[in-house]
Amino acid sequence: MSLWSRIANVLRGDRLSCEIDEEIESHIEEAIEQGRDPAEARRAFGSALRHREESRDVRMVAWLDSLRADAIFGWRQLAKNRATSAAAILSLALAIGACTSAFRLIDALLLRPLPVADPQQLYALSRQMTGFDGKPGTYDSWAYPAFRQMRAAVKGQAELLAISYAQRVDLTYQSDRDMEKAYVQYVSGWMFGSFGLRPSLGRLFTENDDLKPGAHPYAVLSHDYWRRRFAQDPKVVGRPLRIGDSLFEIVGVVAEPFTGTEPGTVTDIFLPAMMHSGAVRNDQTWHRILARLKPGAAVEPIRARLDAISRAFERERVKGFMGISKESIDNFLAQTLLLEPAAAGASGMQKNYRVALAAMGVLVALVLLIACANVANLMTAQAAARAREMALRVAIGAGRWRLVQLVLVESAWLAFLAAAMGGLFAWWSAPFVVARINPPDNPARLFLPADWRVLGFGLALTMAVMLLFGLTPALRASAVKPARALKGGEDPHSRRRMMHALIAAQVAFCFLVLFVAGLFVTTFDRLSNRPTGFSAERLLTLDAVPQSPQPPVFWDQVAEHLRSLPGVEKVALAGSPLLGGRAWNSFVSINGAPPGPVLAYFLNVSPGWIDVMKIPFIDGRDFRESDTAPGVAIVNETFVKQFFGGANPIGQSFARGRSAYQVVGVVRDAPYRSMRDPILPVAYVPFHSVECQGRIPIGAGRDIRGAHGQPQSDGAGFHAASGSAARPV
Amino acid sequence: MPKPDSLQGSLDLLVLKILSRRPRLHGYGIMSAIQDMSGDVLRAEEGSLYPALHRMEEAGWIRAEWITKDTGRRARMYELTPAGRKQLAAEESRWQAVTSAVNLILRMV
Repeated sequence: MSLWSRIANVLRGDRLSCEIDEEIESHIEEAIEQGRDPAEARRAFGSALRHREESRDVRMVAWLDSLRADAIFGWRQLAKNRATSAAAILSLALAIGACTSAFRLIDALLLRPLPVADPQQLYALSRQMTGFDGKPGTYDSWAYPAFRQMRAAVKGQAELLAISYAQRVDLTYQSDRDMEKAYVQYVSGWMFGSFGLRPSLGRLFTENDDLKPGAHPYAVLSHDYWRRRFAQDPKVVGRPLRIGDSLFEIVGVVAEPFTGTEPGTVTDIFLPAMMHSGAVRNDQTWHRILARLKPGAAVEPIRARLDAISRAFERERVKGFMGISKESIDNFLAQTLLLEPAAAGASGMQKNYRVALAAMGVLVALVLLIACANVANLMTAQAAARAREMALRVAIGAGRWRLVQLVLVESAWLAFLAAAMGGLFAWWSAPFVVARINPPDNPARLFLPADWRVLGFGLALTMAVMLLFGLTPALRASAVKPARALKGGEDPHSRRRMMHALIAAQVAFCFLVLFVAGLFVTTFDRLSNRPTGFSAERLLTLDAVPQSPQPPVFWDQVAEHLRSLPGVEKVALAGSPLLGGRAWNSFVSINGAPPGPVLAYFLNVSPGWIDVMKIPFIDGRDFRESDTAPGVAIVNETFVKQFFGGANPIGQSFARGRSAYQVVGVVRDAPYRSMRDPILPVAYVPFHSVECQGRIPIGAGRDIRGAHGQPQSDGAGFHAASGSAARPV
Repeated sequence: MPKPDSLQGSLDLLVLKILSRRPRLHGYGIMSAIQDMSGDVLRAEEGSLYPALHRMEEAGWIRAEWITKDTGRRARMYELTPAGRKQLAAEESRWQAVTSAVNLILRMV
């Protein structure tokens, strides 16, 4: 009963005092009844007030009682200055909210361990090297045959897992008319077992589902996808699913909350790595490697072993290279394997947003400091106005810490009210930010649970904020000299110095925040207003996915069919869309010279594509129907500057490996892979290719670009006409 | 002669002992009992008795109850709890040990 009754007594403090008083009174009366003199009895008893206070302290938690009293007093103080309190709470709430939502983002993307067994044992493999484009960097993509060699080499010390990049692909559960998109990840069959994951339905993959290339057409769904797409239908097991020309059978659903190893992307469907077309190719890097170290295994020996295997693999591989300078090959081979902790998984979003999030974290922390300085000044001013009250308290015997507590409790009211509002702000704003990371039709998905991590951060932040803006005013208020203050003569200069310092800090921080925010806005403005070099007006991109690879003639027929649709003005074909993130690059040699160290970028397009995209011609002509690749090419201005030294290139030729191209046209620059890249040297080559004999050189998709249509209504028309997925741009 | 009200830290022991003999006493009754039974030698300081009683109550050794007396006044009556009984035994043996040790020294000199 003891502690609890003492806490409970805090809430009935007045009644407790009455009871003690009554008991003492009954004692005195008893004494008088016994015939003692009333005055003598009272004198003998001593100070009733002191004994009452002593008893109160025994029967209740004293500090809690004083805290309660201070809380009530502090609340009254806040209510008295309603406008200033509201302003202080609001500014703090915004700052705390911004900090908390920044923390939620940073935690969810970069810090939170994956929901797998022993995430701290997970490491990610990457290579530090100079790529063929001459840029040093860290690359985390691997070829599957290299992965097999590496896995065998460290067996016993670590388990390696091949996990492909989560890719948004077109797939169907029924006919081609019902294509949809989902995130697919090819994973090693033993991944689920290694991660200690359980199925919530059916079964998961094992090592036996990942033995022979193309022999295991099975799929496992994530629980999240099962709920979203199938409403948790248990009959989903056994259903067929087609991606491109491969047919899979759903065998199970992996239990929550696992949704892949890429924070920022929720994988919908897992497929065995052996089902990836690149599983047998040593020239295609398409997956990450995660290593799960055995407990107690040292990192460095494993890294060194993997490094040796990886180098040997690449040395063997470059023997088959042609058309690449020796310098480039040497640069490429000077690579170092890195083994870095990956408890939080590995994703492109982590890589892309690490710096941005850190900058955002610093910015919101600065905003918080500004708000704190602001409120601290407010509190100091208020405390100065209350110097007489404080002096009076000191004069009647209040200890210094008691006064510090009094002012701090008032700060705590501000901080906690602000934290409550800030919490609401963070609850709304963090998902809002995440939803804006990717294009609206394909938003990033990041789980932002509000659990003990976030709660703990919020509490710690609130306490820190409270001390930051509350402690100095509290110490100053408590250091009051009663005699001087009661006479009305507090030294006015020391207070002002303090306030001026705070204001100066505030202004400096404001300037910094404004400056950095200005930089962000300028970058955004530049990117969004940067000329694209082509016209996106009334342009519709169709991403076509054939059941099996089709020759260019087939796509010509599709384009012809689309041209006949009402509202369509022009149609052209391209191997991939501009700004789609895909790239096809190669070294080129000019006029028979050995290839230089700079990569050229290629895109195969049909006649009329330049016109449809409205990329202006500078010189020369467009492709003709009879043009094929290799043979002729249209190049952009940067290509001319890079490889022809700015001289007129019409009629000149260059070679990509053994394929020769004659330049027939020059066009203006247009961004190729993404808006953030500098302008790359690009050669457009004819869509009709002789060297591939009907095979598709890159990717499996074709873009059909129609101009001057009405995108909304025509999307469906295109869909029906081409029998493939349509996506308006 | 010692100060008459100096209980040398034995107030708890005396209160527990008295309550074990005479259940249900109010504060004034306990104080008078200490005075009477010690032949007027020991005297509890009247005011300090109450914080001590409240402390023992919080410790769970004694419990209190309000009653209304014939005169219509309320009084708070105290009685021993089982935990208090155990505490009494412990305090008693501690007291015996201390006094016999002190006596040993006194006899030697």
